[in-house]
Amino acid sequence: MTDLSMPQSQTEPRSQSAAGKIALRWLLYVLLGLFALYYLMPLFVMLTTSLKSLEEIRTGSLISLPREVSFDAWKTAWSGACTGIQCEGLRPYFWNSVLIAVPAVAISTLLGALNGYVVAQWRFKGANIIFSLMLFGCFIPFQVVLLPMARLLGMMGIAGTIPGLIFVHVIYGLGFTTLFFRNYYVTIPSELTKAARVDGAGFLRIFWSIFLPLSLPIIVVTVIWQFTQIWNDFLFGVSFSQAGTQPVTVALNNIVNSTTGVKEYNVDMAAAIIAGLPTLLVYVVAGKYFIRGLTAGSVKG
Amino acid sequence: MAPILDIQNLYKNYGATEILKDINISIEPGDFLVLVGPSGCGKSTLLNCIAGLEEITGGTLSIGGNDMTHVSPKDRDIAMVFQSYALYPTMTVAKNITFGMKVRGVDQATQDAKLKEVAQLLQIEPLLNRRPSQLSGGQRQRVAMGRALVRDPKLFLFDEPLSNLDAKLRVEMRTEIKKLHQTLDASIVYVTHDQIEAMTLATKIVVLKGGVVQQIGTPAEIYNNPANLFVADFMGSPAMNLIPAQARKNGSGTQIAIARDGGELVLDDARDLSLPQDVILGLRPEDIAEAGFRAGDGVQEAECLVDMVEPAGADTYVVSELGGKQVTARLHAETRAQAGKKLNLAFDMSKVSYFAKETGERLN
Amino acid sequence: MSEWLENHLPKVVLAPSFIAVLIFVYGFIGWTAWVSLTRSKLLPKYEIKGFIQYERLFDSPRWDTAINNLYIFGALFIVIAMVLGLLLAILLDQKIRVEGAIRTIYLYPMALSMIVTGTAWKWILNPGLGIESMVQGWGFTNFEFDWLVNPDYAIYTIVMAAIWQSSGFVMALFLAGLRSVDGEIIKAAQVDGIPTWRIYTAIIIPSMAPIFLSAFIVLAHLAIKSFDLVIALTGGGPGYATDLPATYMYAMAFSRGDIGQAASSAMIMMLVVFAIVVPYLYSELRAKND
Repeated sequence: MTDLSMPQSQTEPRSQSAAGKIALRWLLYVLLGLFALYYLMPLFVMLTTSLKSLEEIRTGSLISLPREVSFDAWKTAWSGACTGIQCEGLRPYFWNSVLIAVPAVAISTLLGALNGYVVAQWRFKGANIIFSLMLFGCFIPFQVVLLPMARLLGMMGIAGTIPGLIFVHVIYGLGFTTLFFRNYYVTIPSELTKAARVDGAGFLRIFWSIFLPLSLPIIVVTVIWQFTQIWNDFLFGVSFSQAGTQPVTVALNNIVNSTTGVKEYNVDMAAAIIAGLPTLLVYVVAGKYFIRGLTAGSVKG
Repeated sequence: MAPILDIQNLYKNYGATEILKDINISIEPGDFLVLVGPSGCGKSTLLNCIAGLEEITGGTLSIGGNDMTHVSPKDRDIAMVFQSYALYPTMTVAKNITFGMKVRGVDQATQDAKLKEVAQLLQIEPLLNRRPSQLSGGQRQRVAMGRALVRDPKLFLFDEPLSNLDAKLRVEMRTEIKKLHQTLDASIVYVTHDQIEAMTLATKIVVLKGGVVQQIGTPAEIYNNPANLFVADFMGSPAMNLIPAQARKNGSGTQIAIARDGGELVLDDARDLSLPQDVILGLRPEDIAEAGFRAGDGVQEAECLVDMVEPAGADTYVVSELGGKQVTARLHAETRAQAGKKLNLAFDMSKVSYFAKETGERLN
Repeated sequence: MSEWLENHLPKVVLAPSFIAVLIFVYGFIGWTAWVSLTRSKLLPKYEIKGFIQYERLFDSPRWDTAINNLYIFGALFIVIAMVLGLLLAILLDQKIRVEGAIRTIYLYPMALSMIVTGTAWKWILNPGLGIESMVQGWGFTNFEFDWLVNPDYAIYTIVMAAIWQSSGFVMALFLAGLRSVDGEIIKAAQVDGIPTWRIYTAIIIPSMAPIFLSAFIVLAHLAIKSFDLVIALTGGGPGYATDLPATYMYAMAFSRGDIGQAASSAMIMMLVVFAIVVPYLYSELRAKND
């Protein structure tokens, strides 16, 4: 911990430095508050706009509170807004995202746990090379696999389907889930595995009885990371879905950019909040794990 | 009786690096074998090889008369205690101890009986429902031993089990392990880097360095007749004095000359030895006493300049420069020795070990 | 048999994932590289014709714009996000009473989809009803802020939204870095009477060099892959004024039906990412193994 609170008044007159310190403290809090406003402003604007009527939006100011709170825009966004020719709102696409995210998160996390367990605790010749290759795979720009993947999904007969998207998300999530579990399991002394082997337990038994019960924190981190990635994905969603199987991000973009009829900004904002709500909720509830995933996914190699 | 553990021509390589070279060790049932050496000497690797946790590159290994060279750890009839204790963190103490039996499908009644027996022996009954994180270091150590004891194996393996404990607890547990060995009449292979632990526990010591066995013997043999300079220096604290000297034939005995400021020190060894001219003389601190406090055939007295006096409670250590080395003598606590003053010291020449200057091998 | 399986189970378990990565990452990169050397148009052709697609790419004014935009966007985004992130981290490192709450506020945008962020900022920057009309409503009737629809400035709106989204994350990275500096060194400096700002500039920040590198890598990586934000905020427009390589590639692949161009632009993106990431990962992995 950087602890810079130690008194340094030996070198300066005491009263002057004390007054200066209080002023500095105030300045610090004002600055922090201003930055907090900067980050909160867009969310505030989204929320107030979504509760205003179109009339009020046109006449009022961007940051004013709604004179009359109306949830009509939310209703429309959920079940009536048009994403092109269909006008069923976000609801079906929201469930598409759930149907994609839940299995994809579960499968990629489980595989990541097993892979990480092997790489960290059962080192064999070439395990490190395999891990490095998987790790490099995390960092490729996905544009480079879009074309062949589109063709492969077509050949497998799952182009434009939800299983197709699950497949894609599992494949390209493996690198990160493996990395997370590997970095976690590496910190567990290998003597534990040795002790269990002497006790007569095999590969799967050791995983199931000893490692899995230890893994709750990293499972939470991985699930949150994968869920956020998959829920927020747009590139795969827009490339590999078709009308009816699109995830919520793609539907949101379609609502916002649909050119039919009057532009309903309040509906756009309500839809944006709905699309962002699940990940935002996860962040608020389990922020600690969310941040751990972010830093682990980006710093540790 | 057949040896309980028999290792022949064992080699272990990691890629091109040789970790263990031509290891040959054999112990009888009831033996307490200690593998000792500095860190990186290969002692833990050797233990892992005995456990089957590492494949060996060459040679054979048998336990209880059965060839175990390629048998997996669970079928070797061994139990192991680790340095970090390696207790399963999510299981209670009781589950930790019975996990091995559960995996093997031992019936519940036997499990309970064994658990009770071991818990009683180690006095850990009140801890059985706790988790490892709720235990102190010494308690964890006991649980780890309990886990090994329920196995009732042919061979116990201990991998530096005391090195994570504080000094006082370490001595206590050392005594307790020794007692256990005696009550159970168990066969044990024990790894440590602590030579005192090796001396107090072992019935047989193997000194390892750089993956090569330096000497195998009882604690007394290793201590009194070290096979080379490395063993002489490694075993014993304070370490054996190793002093460069010149040897000359003198009638039926040997005359030893040691260079020092103010004329060389000449000592007579009555033994009939054939030594080369340049030797390293090895003499333990307790074999140098204050004149008048040591008598015997080989004792030779000489006046030496005291450089430093270090009282250590029961003894007082006195340092004097001989042959360019700081030579330590272990004197009684009430000595009048003073730094800068001369003192008559008694050298017990019958205890001297001689080593070749070039090879470091023992000469007598 | 069961003995063999038990001994080889680790490999058996790892194999499917490894094979998947080999095919779907490395195999697919190979496929894209191959196709980028052909005359593929609507359908892939497999006859190698040399670097013709790359020549077309570098002759294309649209690609030229995309690359220029990447320079502008990348440079501004990385520099501002790092400076802002470091500033916020240092401010938060002063024993702030409500640090947890403030950190949560600074970081929440990272949880949002870029599409959501883009939608929000599109509304805020909307010339008719957003900030422009708000400031005009305060009496500054001559105030103009039409960057979103101005081809010369639209790229900067993407920079703004991207910084809003990612700077909190950089803050979190730097904060962790500040906290990991050895406290005894700082105490020693304080005992020596070195002022706080000097402790930061002379001791703490230099010792965080690896964190700067990490932050740079992450941000550069984000910048090169930026796609969703552009689509949501400007759709690449006005015209193709805010195209980035990622949107160019997508347009070629899925609306223009020009697979050759899509493949070659994707390869360029990948080479840029690898030029940044590979040396970094390599050194990280080596440091770990030593």
